Order: sequence, then C-alpha cells, then structure tokens
Amino acid sequence: MAPRTRIPGTERARLATSGAHATTLRRLTAQPGADIWKGNIFLAALLFALTIALAGLAAIILQAAIEGAPAFSIKLLTNGPSTVNPEEAGFRPALIGTLYLILGVILLVVPLGVAAAVYLEEYADGNRWWNRVVELNVQNLAGVPSIIYGILGLAFIVRGPLDLGFILAAGSLTLALLVLPTVILASREAIRAVPSSIREGSLALGATQWQTIRRQVLPAAIPGVVTGVILAVSRAIGETAPLLLVGAATFVTFNPSFLGDDGYSALPVLIFNYASRPQEEFRVLAAAGVVVMLVVLLAMNSFAIWLRNRYEQQW
Amino acid sequence: MEARDTIGAFGSVDEARPATILEAPSPRYGEKLIKWVLAACALLSVLTTTAIVVSLLVPTFDFFTRDGVGLGEFLFGTGWAPTFQPASFGVLPILVGTLSTSLWGMLFAVPIGLAAAVWLSEYASPRQRKVVKPVLEVLAGIPTVAIGIFGLVFLSPLIEDVFPFMVNVPPFSAGVAGLAIGLMIVPIIASLSDDAMRSVPGGLREAAYGLGSTRMKVSTRVVFPAAISGIIASLVLAGSRAVGETMVVLLVAGASPNLTFDPGSSVLTMTAFIGQTATGDISTGSITYDTIFAVGSLLFVITLALNLFAIRMVRKYREVYE
Repeated sequence: MAPRTRIPGTERARLATSGAHATTLRRLTAQPGADIWKGNIFLAALLFALTIALAGLAAIILQAAIEGAPAFSIKLLTNGPSTVNPEEAGFRPALIGTLYLILGVILLVVPLGVAAAVYLEEYADGNRWWNRVVELNVQNLAGVPSIIYGILGLAFIVRGPLDLGFILAAGSLTLALLVLPTVILASREAIRAVPSSIREGSLALGATQWQTIRRQVLPAAIPGVVTGVILAVSRAIGETAPLLLVGAATFVTFNPSFLGDDGYSALPVLIFNYASRPQEEFRVLAAAGVVVMLVVLLAMNSFAIWLRNRYEQQW
Repeated sequence: MEARDTIGAFGSVDEARPATILEAPSPRYGEKLIKWVLAACALLSVLTTTAIVVSLLVPTFDFFTRDGVGLGEFLFGTGWAPTFQPASFGVLPILVGTLSTSLWGMLFAVPIGLAAAVWLSEYASPRQRKVVKPVLEVLAGIPTVAIGIFGLVFLSPLIEDVFPFMVNVPPFSAGVAGLAIGLMIVPIIASLSDDAMRSVPGGLREAAYGLGSTRMKVSTRVVFPAAISGIIASLVLAGSRAVGETMVVLLVAGASPNLTFDPGSSVLTMTAFIGQTATGDISTGSITYDTIFAVGSLLFVITLALNLFAIRMVRKYREVYE
C-alpha cells in the first residue's frame, strides 16, 4: 500500500493508461504475415462449418425426395393407410386430421395470443410483480419441451378436469397451448415495433386507449403478427411428440371429425408410425410423407419470410 | 423519448388547471372491461403453467407414496425396468441416456453454430446475410420427425460404414441420435448468437480496427467476449431443446436403458421413455401411468432451470447494450 501513495495522481493515471495501451496493442494489433494467414484459416474454418450446416439441410430434403420418389403418386393424397398393402397406402385421413388440428389451433391461438400480447405491451405496467410473472412465464413456456405439453394434454385435457377423451379437439387444444407462447412473443415484438408517436398522436386527437389500439396499433402490427402466426402454425404441423400422448397414434382409415371419439390421425404421427416399421416399403412411404410435409412447410415459411420482408416498415 | 417528455410537461400543466377539462365525459366502463378481458388472456399462460405443474405433481406424488417408490431409489438407482417383474425404478440410466445424446449433439452443434453466427455477424455482406439467415431459419423449421428419419435411414448406415465403433447395435446409436439433434439445434445457436453479437455496439469494433486489428481478432477478442452472455444464453437454450427432444431419440437412439456415455451404445432417454410408454393404452392410476409423470417432472425441472438461466443471461446483455 505504501508505495502507491507516493506516486502522484497524474503519474498514476499516466502509468495506468500506458499499461492499458500496451496491453490493448499487444492483444489487438496485427502482426503482419502471421495474422494474415491465421485470419484466412479462421475464415476458411467458418465457411467450412457453415457449409456443413447448409449441406445437412440439403441432405435432409434430398434424401427424403430420393427415398420417397417411388411412392409419389396421387394415391399418396387420396388413399388411406394400410398395414398390409404399402403400394396402395396413402395419407388421406392423416392429412385431413392435420388440417382439422391446424384449423383448431388457428382459431384458438390468434385471438388469445394477440389479446395477451396487447395486454402485455399496451396495458401492463412492467414494474408490477404480477406483470413480470406473466412475462417470465410466457418466456419459459416457449422453452418447455413439447412432450411435456403432451403430458399436460393427457392429464388435463384428455382425462382429468376437461375429460374430453382421445378426440381430435383434445389434440388441437394441446397443440394450441404448445404454440401460444410463440404467438404471444412474436405479436409483442410486432406491437412494440409500432412507434409511440403514432399512439400519442391518436390519444392527443381524443381517441381512447382501446380506439388507439384497434385503429392504429393493431393495423400497423398485422404483418408481424401474421408472420408469427404462420411460423407457429408451421411448427404445430410438424409436432409429433405431444400428439402421441393425446391419442393420434391410432391407425385410422376413415376421415376424422372434430369430436368423433373413434380416433384420429395426423400426418407426422403416421409418418413416424411408417418409419418405425422395419420393412423397406413403409420407409419409402414415410419418406414420401416427409416430402409432402416439407413442401407444405417450406411454402408456408417462404411466404412468412416474404411477408416480413415485404411489409417490414422503417418508421 | 422527446414525445414522452412533452406529454410529461403537459401533465404538469394539467395539474395546475381544473382537472375536469381533460376528463372523459363518462367513466368508460367498456374500456375497463376490454382491459380485463385482455388481462385474462394473458393470465391464461400462467394457468397453463399451473396446469402443467399440477398435472405433473399429482401422479408424481402418487408414484412416491401410493406406489411406494423411494425418492432415493428413483434418483440414484442404476436399474431402469419399470414394466418388468420385479420392477426397478432407478432413473439414472435414462437420465444419462438423455445427457449422452444431448452432449453428443452439443459437441457437434456448438462449434458449427458459433462459427455460422460469427460469419453471419462479422463477415457476411448484407446480401449474403439476407440469403443465408432465412435458409438457416428453414432448417430450424424442419419437423423433428423428419430429422429423425434422416438420422435413421441416412446418417446411421453412413456412420456405421465410416466409424463402426459409433453404431454397436445398428441402426440405433446414441452418437448418431446426438448428431441428428445437433443438426436440429445448429440454427438455434447460430440465430441467437448472431443476434447477441450484432447488438454489440459498432464503436467497439471500430476502436479495435483503429488499432490495426484484423477481422479475426475483432471477432474473437472484442465482439465474442462482449456478447458472451447472449452467446451462453443461446447455448443453454439449445441444450434445453436437446434435452427435451423426443422424436429423434425415439427413432434413432434405440430403447435400451444403458447407463453409459458411449456414443456407439443404444440408449433410452427420458423423453423416449415417455413417448414410447404413453403411446400404449395405459389405465389412469396404474404404476406405469405414474412413472411417466415422475419422469416428466424430472424433465420439466431440468428444462425449467436451463430456461430460467438463459432468460437471465439474455436480460443481462439487453441491459448492457440496448
């Protein structure tokens, strides 16, 4: 301690600065030659890693397309599944099941998700503990594994308090709860992106808070909300694990209905069912199913990305 | 900000005047009603969490009391055979199975995801970025059942040919399942780490370039450390995804509860146990039914801890730079 006090203040500052200067230079300044080839190797490694990721994506799509090619025909869409006759088997009841499931998800998730997002962004006072609990809760729910939602569906919706039984509506409700946090988070982001000057202008003209939200904020936030909903729905289309628990595992050969209690099927569940059979013919069928699913999802995702780029507003 | 200040100024003027001028002519019950309806929708998410916790806890409680499985036996037992006679309920083999597939997945995904993020944030031109980032997002949107089939039908035979020690019981292997999971979480790491690195202020980069840094030094010694809390958050979230992944392990990891980290061995994970067991028709209140929920509770606790940690780390970097 003693020597430190002997150095005058300005001297100490000078020492500290030059020390920091030397360290920074040592760590950051390029050493000609060595750093150029090191930098090149680094960039090569980055590009190599990126290539692996993109090649993986391409391989997933190509592998499914090549493997499933022999099964491509209109039968894939019009015929029912079969355990004995893979050449004639198709995905019709599963496709219709998925369509119904998704319809239910959209009907539930859009109003609930947008309303929750509007409350959290426009009304909630972030300093109140209950609002912070809701926020944290939504963020955490977005990361809960999908199979846990399956357990929730089994214990709470299929049996337990709601006691709906293994029906399509129960599957739809489970999937809706699963993607609800995603929709809330995306809608919140879209609402937050609307500048506050617009709200203030509307309020200054005498509009009430709800009039401001309904006529100014929500219309401006629609592209973002729609993008979020599309991404959430495309996640719901591909979700398999929770549906295994809430009854979509059965081999159904007829078209399902919302409340019919004799079983339903969904596209990814049937694909999984085919894929876990050892015979080659069923694997081909599973691959063809994957292609059908990927085509739908890629179309939806591309539309969402296009929508985001097209309507992205610079305020 | 400026607009807010102006309103604040008016607010103080308002206090000086008779307040009646700015008040609404009626109490506006409709406005209040709307607020409460919206709040109820937001509250639904809290109810979802409550429902998850309750539906997990009640059968788990039965599992430990009515079915008479000891907590110590469950957490530290090394034998998992819940449907055999005599049954044993040691969760360690399937816990290690989960950790093993997640570990191999992270081992593959962390370097690749981070490299992709550094490239996207520090090297890519805006045009390259505009192409590559959506493509990675598409990879994130591929259903896990498709990735599982890819692992089972393509990766597993391929790896069996090249590294036979990776696949002991073809076509099932923890290592190959990990690889497929890795492919699934690369876009999560890449996208979230890219966000974190891009929120590092440009001034830091420019200062380093001003001192004569190369792009590599700016990336590794300035931007990467400055974004570290966001990067850790992305890794933890990816880990939580890997732990909770079901379809890939159900298809590729096999179903033998082996207590090992050996990548070539076939393992049963917690999620695969739940998925596989719950598919069959099991009656409410049977011990098998309760076992699903006990395993589910453990899985929920693990992912909850990971998620909360990641949320905290994200808040940290948002506070610093935004």
